[in-house]
Amino acid sequence: MIDISESVMQFLLALIVAGPLIGAAAALLPAPPGLKGESPDQAVLRHGVTVTGVILIAAVVLALGFDHDHPATMQATTDISWIPALDVRIHLGVDGISLPLLVLTALLTFLCALYSYFKMPTGPSPKAFVALLLVLESGTLATFAVLDLLLFFLAFEMVLIPMYFLIARWGGAQRAQAAWKFILYTLLGSVVMLLGLLLIGLKSGTFDMLALATDNGRGLTTSVQVIAVLAIGIGLAVKTPMWPLHSWLPDAHTAAPTVGSVLLAGVLLKMGTYGFVRILLPVAPDGMREFAPYLAAFAVVGIIYGSLACLALAKQGAKGDLKRLIAYSSVGHMGFVLLGIATMTPTGVNGALFANIAHGLITGLLFFLVGALKDRTGTTDLDALAGRTGQALYGKAPRFGALLAFGAVASLGLPGLAGFWGEMLALFGAFRPAEDLSRPAFLTFMAIAAFGTLLTAAYMLIVVRRVCMGDTTERPQELADIQGYEFAAWTPLAALTVLAGLWPALLLGLTDPAVQKLLAGGKA
Amino acid sequence: MSSTLAAASLVQSVDWTAVAPPTIAAVVGLAVLVADLFVPQGKKPLLGWISLAGLTAALASLLLLLDGDRETFCLTSDAGVCSYTADRFTVVIQLLVLAGALLTALLSVTPLKNKELPAGEYWFLLLSSAAGAALLPASRDLATLVVALEVASLPAFALVGLRRGDRRSSEAALKFFLSSVTATAVTLLGVSFVYAATGTLHLTEVAAKLTAVDGDLQTLARTGVALTLVGFAFKTAAVPFHFWVPDTYIGAPLPVAAYLSVVGKAVGFTGLILVTVVAFPSYADVWAPALAVLAALTMTAGNVAALRQQAGRAFSAVRLLAWSSVGQAGYLLVPIAAAGYVDDPADAIGATVAYALMYAAVNLGAFAVAALVARTAPENRLSDYRGLYARHPLAALALGFFLLCLAGLPPGIIGLFAKVTVFQAAVDAGLGWLAVVMALNVVIALYYYLRWTAVLFRAPEDEAPVRAVPHAPARAVPFPLTAAIALTAVAGIVLSGAPQMVLRFSETVLF
Repeated sequence: MIDISESVMQFLLALIVAGPLIGAAAALLPAPPGLKGESPDQAVLRHGVTVTGVILIAAVVLALGFDHDHPATMQATTDISWIPALDVRIHLGVDGISLPLLVLTALLTFLCALYSYFKMPTGPSPKAFVALLLVLESGTLATFAVLDLLLFFLAFEMVLIPMYFLIARWGGAQRAQAAWKFILYTLLGSVVMLLGLLLIGLKSGTFDMLALATDNGRGLTTSVQVIAVLAIGIGLAVKTPMWPLHSWLPDAHTAAPTVGSVLLAGVLLKMGTYGFVRILLPVAPDGMREFAPYLAAFAVVGIIYGSLACLALAKQGAKGDLKRLIAYSSVGHMGFVLLGIATMTPTGVNGALFANIAHGLITGLLFFLVGALKDRTGTTDLDALAGRTGQALYGKAPRFGALLAFGAVASLGLPGLAGFWGEMLALFGAFRPAEDLSRPAFLTFMAIAAFGTLLTAAYMLIVVRRVCMGDTTERPQELADIQGYEFAAWTPLAALTVLAGLWPALLLGLTDPAVQKLLAGGKA
Repeated sequence: MSSTLAAASLVQSVDWTAVAPPTIAAVVGLAVLVADLFVPQGKKPLLGWISLAGLTAALASLLLLLDGDRETFCLTSDAGVCSYTADRFTVVIQLLVLAGALLTALLSVTPLKNKELPAGEYWFLLLSSAAGAALLPASRDLATLVVALEVASLPAFALVGLRRGDRRSSEAALKFFLSSVTATAVTLLGVSFVYAATGTLHLTEVAAKLTAVDGDLQTLARTGVALTLVGFAFKTAAVPFHFWVPDTYIGAPLPVAAYLSVVGKAVGFTGLILVTVVAFPSYADVWAPALAVLAALTMTAGNVAALRQQAGRAFSAVRLLAWSSVGQAGYLLVPIAAAGYVDDPADAIGATVAYALMYAAVNLGAFAVAALVARTAPENRLSDYRGLYARHPLAALALGFFLLCLAGLPPGIIGLFAKVTVFQAAVDAGLGWLAVVMALNVVIALYYYLRWTAVLFRAPEDEAPVRAVPHAPARAVPFPLTAAIALTAVAGIVLSGAPQMVLRFSETVLF
């Protein structure tokens, strides 16, 4: 949109990846004179807002400078040799697939930092909190920006330690076990993934994702591809998470502090699906074709399973936890993303990428809202919240209630909001999957997934009824409406949800050419 | 032939530059032993500084060897066959063992000052053992190899048992001694078999002659090859020769345990590399599968045992480090095993060298922090590390970093990439099953390293009322200990930023 010279673009991308790391180191140092603020805690929280803000601005400028006429070509690329012994190169770049994810990550982290500035989660010193938040941001951004398999793995692993500590130190009940479960599941998956990445790298002679994507699996025998897809797929599926490897997610979400949940759902899960699109689809298409029906089957089971779990949690008397409910709904939503990827068609993959972004926006918003609700009422137990008739947010805090209802209907995929397009495109993709895939099987998957959307609507509406509606006179407890800082942190998400829902071409125009190129293997 | 020429061929000319590193260590060791007799009781710390200076000088002498390969102690009849070679492999391993000994020396200064150990004997034994360990990578015949192995090991037994009047210490020394001597005896038997089959002791000659062993002697040669490996496998603490490790580490003074875990292991795998890759390449079908199985068993046994350590038990931290070092030995063996499956064995072992360098730096660092904790909590339980961050923030961060390096998780980038090179060696050699076993082990290890790391940052237990003096000033950390932690931490951080510094050994031919 605006013309920015290539070297500035390179610098911006490098800044986006490395900036938060430098910021994290700086957060541990004492504040310099003049920036001491009212107290050390306030100074360091403000430092977090500043750094994430700068990164967000850099990401937005990068998006503006991005050549929107050629979203399929890698832009702002840097390619430096780092470890010649392993042929690891610091190879960075963005295209239409990674750009939206980069901006989403920068935005969500900034909003989290902003929210924490006003509402620091209870726990030890904010210094470590800000440092960990920034390391987490750096790892996530690096995952979306690197173009080298080993570097991707490094970035993928980099988020584990900060997320572990965010849950274990600033989390709620059961946080230690939940943090353990999170890190063990992910590590188990990622070690297997490393073996798969090495197999690809050694058999094809390069770890460079672009070279591998251009090769489109021609340098790899089918058996190597099958093993590699299985190994890498397991690692990515744990992260996504795909049913039946999802069981760490509800625990982690329930225990994590609000910003932890937002980032976990909003961006960390995307790293898994991004890996599917960026690595498995173009690099090992033959292996992917073997596994696509199974992936789709698991995805569909996940959709139904997530919805049924949510329905069970939403039922009266089930003592369902609202955070856990949204976590399970994530399993369902990520099922749509995986289904879209499994179709191996441009339509499906575009849908998957769209649903990725939409889920990041909507679920991020929902976790913010539920966290704020917990701060106000002291509980996320749906039964305790709803009482006999309902929490009656509409009556007590009308704006809060309206925003929650907005998030819920966006999540169930109301046309006109972001949640709709991704899931519909994924279903379209399943209607006409790639040529070598069994159409009847995918038609069945499509039908089941479509049924899943109905279930999603059912539980989301139940939640709205039990939390937003009800009799205000039953428990005439005061409930603060949306505060200024909450308004600032949440509005961007709601606005973008509407924007993406009304103008999907904004995103699809970016992703579609890049997806076409990936699937065609650099020929297009 | 004139008589002067005949005399010249009998008296070898020695390249003193080439043999400088082990020689300096040995000479300084002797000098310290003699000086101990004349130095008054109050000036004993002087011996420590002399030893540190000696080890530094030995390290500095390595700089002279960088310009190219040197050989000395060659056969007068055939100048191409030498007993001592200072090639890149030698220099790298000598760097590892001498730097390891130097860090051990730094850790030892304070316990010696506090009269926990006898100074003169201690420094002599440490330097002698370091001299043996530095000699070993340069040895190119089986006799020198065994002699070097013994020079490195014998002082180590004494070091383990040096704590006077400590029952556990002497018991540990005895256990270590008996099992080690048995292993060495088996190795000697193997060497004699190999000698009988080939008629030579020089590694390159052995390699050449083993390819054409008489049919009748085939079995003898085969047995000899297998038995020779035993002594070295023992030093690396490979299964089934690993039972001595935990008791010895606990019984030994902490610096000695650190020394054994790094330099002792280096001695073992260097010997293994030399005999397998240089001397017995034609018998790869014997040693490669054996080493692969050994590697798998070693890492599994070590990691599973480390996993089962209870935090509250006495010495559980050292015990965990002991078992984790057994697990790490398993990873070190993987590239050596892989060397038997690839066309050019010398290529694969670079991964072992790179991994060993990483392991040496971070494991010594972990022991250094353990020594720091042992000052206030002599029992060295894992639970004593709880809240270390509150007491010693930098030491806690350093230990967390070391543990993550050992685990192979960012920010321990060097640990991660060192593991990647080992994986690469295994996958390259077609040892897919070994790579999978290793992957599972990495996960097990991650569990206990992370558990320990998490403990460091947990809030200290509420025991304030128990403490007699709540505001007692923390005892100042002695300078040598700080230096040891700082050196290893800087090494780990620099390597994490530029992993190429050690990983380049994995792609170059070292011999």
